[in-house]
Amino acid sequence: MSKRTIIPIGPYHALQEEPEFFKLHVEGETVVHLDIELGYNHRGIEKLSESKDYEETVFLVERICGICSTSHPIACVQAVEEAGEIFVPERALFIRSTLGELERIHSHLLWLGLAGHFLGFNTIWMWAWRFREDVLNILELISGNRNHYAMMKPGGVRRDIDKADIPAIDKLLDGLRDPIAMFRDTVIEDPLLNARTKGVGILTREKAIAYGALGPTARASGVDIDVRRDHPGAAYGMVDWDVIICQNGDVFDKAVVRILEMFESIRIIEQCLVNLETAQGPIDSDPKIVATGEGIGIYEAPRGEVFHYIRSDGSNRPVRHKVRAPSFMNVPTNCETVLGETVADATIILAAVDPCYCCTERMAVAVDCDGGERLWDARDLMRLSLDKTDRLMEETGWTGPRPPDYLLKD
Amino acid sequence: MGIDDTITKISAELGDRMLEIDRHSDKRAYLEIAPQTVIASAQLMYQKLGARFQIATGVDIREGFEIMYHWVLDDEGLIITMRTMLDHEKPEVDSIAPILPAAEWIEREMWELLGINFRGHPDLRHLLLADDWPQGNYPLRRNHSPGADGGVTP
Repeated sequence: MSKRTIIPIGPYHALQEEPEFFKLHVEGETVVHLDIELGYNHRGIEKLSESKDYEETVFLVERICGICSTSHPIACVQAVEEAGEIFVPERALFIRSTLGELERIHSHLLWLGLAGHFLGFNTIWMWAWRFREDVLNILELISGNRNHYAMMKPGGVRRDIDKADIPAIDKLLDGLRDPIAMFRDTVIEDPLLNARTKGVGILTREKAIAYGALGPTARASGVDIDVRRDHPGAAYGMVDWDVIICQNGDVFDKAVVRILEMFESIRIIEQCLVNLETAQGPIDSDPKIVATGEGIGIYEAPRGEVFHYIRSDGSNRPVRHKVRAPSFMNVPTNCETVLGETVADATIILAAVDPCYCCTERMAVAVDCDGGERLWDARDLMRLSLDKTDRLMEETGWTGPRPPDYLLKD
Repeated sequence: MGIDDTITKISAELGDRMLEIDRHSDKRAYLEIAPQTVIASAQLMYQKLGARFQIATGVDIREGFEIMYHWVLDDEGLIITMRTMLDHEKPEVDSIAPILPAAEWIEREMWELLGINFRGHPDLRHLLLADDWPQGNYPLRRNHSPGADGGVTP
């Protein structure tokens, strides 16, 4: 009879942006069961929102996630606007889409870098984050902040995009095409990345639908959904772009979807900027009251659809504010994708749905219940993953940069 | 197929079990059903109409606990919300998690935050709150006061 061991990944671990606890049940090298525990980061935002007025609520939801810090506000203000039947000027819509797409590019680059890092391919990490810096510079130019842009408000946006800034934004955007093309070629053609990600952690189309998977996680499994096309908010109905779909549902396809989406984001931003040259007028309809009613606001965040429901009783604060982030639906799909895979691949599979990340790196240590012997810690898991890359390098005869030694030092 | 056709189709299937229709806009509709109809409505939306389960929202209001099941028809850009009302005394409803796993987590969340019991849920335990959270203490209920957490520290 084989012995079952539990490997804890979390509650605090570099793989996860928010603290979450993945209990990997393994027999030998094979994962046989996954148990997910969460709540380590529960802040009671829905309850808190009931005590804030509509302007403050937007700042509150902006702080749900540092990476999606414009997706939540867009969904939230759309819900308020639907509940209160508030008009939004056209210029504000283009500014919303511009910010939303810039956020998508920086978020996808962040994921790509981390994915490369987990596979022991640190060159991708360094390069992806270097070009993410350019995107953050554009966001700083527009909003004054690298994250938490504070741009959204019910009825419009808080800050205009200055006409004088547009050439600078255009130039930075243009400079992103070549690097993203480089990443595309690296992922698609590199034999090592292919070996590590193709056929690994497959989410079938049926399971993706049953779990209600969203965003790139669903689109990589052939589920043709995108809020920007299906429920066009902001300026998405006024620009030309394509939804990227892949069919296999493995880690490779999830990476391809995200990389190709960045090109579409650049296309959208460029069209928005052209429109901003001509679309004049106010950026804010300055609503004074939100009428009684209820509204649903949805927006395609980098990780998938974010959902906000607002019920208003005509006062200045919501009676009920429901928030559903995409990871709430995507993380449970890990229970399917990780089964039957090896521990070395578990890290990249769990990371492939792009759960939110935080900068904390710490992990509990697996201890043998009987002998008290230490089994695995974070560094061992990292070593397992790097070893597999090494093995494949030998098998394929491919040579390339080695991961830095400090990763493996105690 | 627009929103009116969709509402007609749902009414034809549910018949008397549909209590009220609120055609909110061209893209949104809110339909009220009795708690006994929740499973039938989930089967209709998910299996027959191919709708995507977006999420469910639980609210504590004066008349009772209201649960809203939000369903999306992505092809047409519609969101159909099925509401149902449970009474304050014994809030209980059938779980739709056996039909679709997507509802598993949100039912656990409503169970712990609002104290609604989901009959037939495969794994009803704490999702967000600590495992030793005191029983009968539901943070999203109207009568919950922040000091009443029984000495639980986060």
